[in-house]
Amino acid sequence: MRLRLWLELAGFAVLAVVVAAVPRFVSDFRARELAIVGMYFIALLGLSILTGHSGQISLGHGAFMAIGGYTTAVLSVNGVYGHQIRDLWTIPIAGVIAGVAGLLVGLPALRLSGLYLALITFGIAVSFPQLPKKFDHFLGGTTGKILALPRPPFGLSTTTNNWMYYLTWGIALVLLLAAWSLVRGKTGRALKAIRDSEVAAASSGVSLAKYKTLAFGISAFYAGVAGSLYAIANAYVNPDVFPIILSVYLVVGLAVGGLDSLITLIAGAGLIYFLQNHADTVARWLNHLPALNLDPKQPGIPSLVFGAVLIVVMLLLPGGAGGLLRRLFGSLTGRR
Amino acid sequence: MLAAFTWTEFAQQLAAGIREGAIYAGLALAIVIIYRSTRVINFAQGEMATFTTFIAWSLMNHGLSFWTAFPIVLAVAFAGGVAIERIVIHPVANASVVTIVIVTLGLALLLNGLTSVIWGGESRQFKGPFSTRTIDVGGVPISVQDIGIVVVSIGLVALLALFFRYTKLGLALRAAAVNPESSRLVGIRVGWMLALGWGIAAVLGAVAGMMIAPVVFLDPNMMQTILLYAFAAAVLGGLDSPVGAVVGGILLGVTITMLGRYVGFIGSTLKLPAALVLIFVLLLVRPGGLFGRVAERRV
Repeated sequence: MRLRLWLELAGFAVLAVVVAAVPRFVSDFRARELAIVGMYFIALLGLSILTGHSGQISLGHGAFMAIGGYTTAVLSVNGVYGHQIRDLWTIPIAGVIAGVAGLLVGLPALRLSGLYLALITFGIAVSFPQLPKKFDHFLGGTTGKILALPRPPFGLSTTTNNWMYYLTWGIALVLLLAAWSLVRGKTGRALKAIRDSEVAAASSGVSLAKYKTLAFGISAFYAGVAGSLYAIANAYVNPDVFPIILSVYLVVGLAVGGLDSLITLIAGAGLIYFLQNHADTVARWLNHLPALNLDPKQPGIPSLVFGAVLIVVMLLLPGGAGGLLRRLFGSLTGRR
Repeated sequence: MLAAFTWTEFAQQLAAGIREGAIYAGLALAIVIIYRSTRVINFAQGEMATFTTFIAWSLMNHGLSFWTAFPIVLAVAFAGGVAIERIVIHPVANASVVTIVIVTLGLALLLNGLTSVIWGGESRQFKGPFSTRTIDVGGVPISVQDIGIVVVSIGLVALLALFFRYTKLGLALRAAAVNPESSRLVGIRVGWMLALGWGIAAVLGAVAGMMIAPVVFLDPNMMQTILLYAFAAAVLGGLDSPVGAVVGGILLGVTITMLGRYVGFIGSTLKLPAALVLIFVLLLVRPGGLFGRVAERRV
C-alpha cells in the first residue's frame, strides 16, 4: 500500500515537471492544442469520479461543459448589472453553477438507477442546444456570443496560447490532486461501495442520497470548469462549440483512459482532441491498410474511428490505459 | 402569436401527432424488445435504422421500386442485427451496465461514421411509397403519407404481437427473456434467442427509418432526436412493456405535437426539452413508467 502511494505521488510529480517544461520545447500552436487537451482532461476527471468511481453513467457531460462555457460568456460579455467580470474570475463561478445544475440532476437521479440515468442524461445532452436558441437575447442564439480574447494578467509577457496552456494545466493539476485525495479517502470508499452494490452500501450505513448526489455535483463542477476554459480559449460560444456528440466523445475518452483511473485519463483527453482535429491524419494512416481508400476530408472519419476504438477497448482492455498500467506495475507492487 | 383555434386544425395536428407517435412507437418497441431479452438499452438503435434506410436509398437509386427494396432491406437489417449481437454484444453480456452502455454507444458512433463515409454527410431526398396529397377524412384534410405511415407501423406491431403470442419461436423468445436458466433446461438455445431479438429490433428500426425518411430528409444524423423521443416513449410505457412502448409512443407523439402547436412558449424549439421534463416528472412519480413494474433488488 505504501509503495503504491509513493508510486502515485511520483507519477504526479513527474507529470507536474513535464507540464511545466513542455512549452519550452513546442511551438505556440502546439501549446494551444495541449491546452485544449488539458480542458478535456479536467472534464474526464469529473466524469471518472461519477462513472468510474460511483458507477453512475452520464451521457450528458457535454451539456455541463456548455453550462460552464455559457456562464463565462454571459458574465464576461453581459456582466452583472452591466458590470463585466474578468474572464479569469468567471472560471470558479462557472464551475459552481454547473455543479449546482449537476446537483439538481443528481437529486432525482437517486431514484433512477443505471439505464434510466443514462437515458435522462442523454436527453439533457440532446436537448441542451435548444436552450440558447430559445433564449437568444440572453444566450446569443445560433450565432453565439463573442468573448474578449484572453490575455495574460498582471502584465506577464507571454503569448496568449502559452498563458492558456499554463492556466489550464495549473487548474488541471490542482483538480487532479483534489480528485485523487477524494477517491482515496472516506468519500472514495463510499462511492466505490455504492458502485459495487447499492443495497450492500446502504446496509453498511453509506447514505446513497448524500454520496450519489455529491458525485454528480462534483463531476458537473469539473465539467463546468473545463467548459469555461474552453469558452475563454475559443473566445466564442454557440451551440456548435459544445455539440451533442461531445458528451459521447467524453465517454469514449473515459473508457480509453480507464474508467476508474485519474492520471491516465490524459491519454483519453489526447485521443478526443486528436481524433476531432486530426481526423485526416488518421484517415491517411488507415489508407496504408490493404483494400482501404478513405477520403481524408470525410466528415465521418472521427466517429468511425472513435466507435471502433471504443468497441475494441471495451472488448479487449476494459480497464483502459489505467488498467494496462496497473497490470504492468501490478507485479512491481505485488498487488493486482 | 397564435392563430385562431379551429377544430379542423386541431384534428390535423392530432393526425400529425399520431403519425409522429407511430414512428416513435416502432423504434421504442425495438428498444423494449432488446431490453427485455438482454437488459441492454441499445443506443445504436437509431444509427442502425439510419444505416438500413441508406441501403434502401441505394437500392432505389439503382432502379428498384420501394416495395421491392423493402423486403431486401428488412432481410439485411435482420442479418445485421443478429451479427451485431453475436460479434459485439455477446462477449460483454455479463459485464456491468456501464460497460454495455459504452459498447452500444461505440456501435452508434461506428455506424454513424460508416454511414457518412459510404454515403457522404449531405441530406438527400428519400422518395417514400405514399403520396403527400391529402384526402378528406370526415372534413379534415389528412395526407395519404401520414395514414400510410401509421398503417404500416401499427400493422408491423400487430404482426409482431401475433408472432410472440402464437408461434413456438415467439414463445421461446419470451421464455428466454423471462427466465434464461429454465429455458436452457428445456432446450431453448438462449444465446441464439437473444441474437434473434436483436435481429427483430433491427427490422423494426429499418421500418421506422424508411417511414420517417420521406418526412424528414435522409442524412446520417436523421435519427438522433427521433431516438431520444423513442427512448422517452419506451420509458413512458415502462421499459419492459411492449404494449407500453406503443401506447407511450403515440401518447408522446400527440402530446409533443400539441404542446409545440398550442403552447406558445414551447413552440418548435422547446419540444425536445419539454419531452425530457415530461419523462423526468413521470419517473419521479412512477419510477416504473405507466405499464412497467418496479423490480425489487437483492444484495
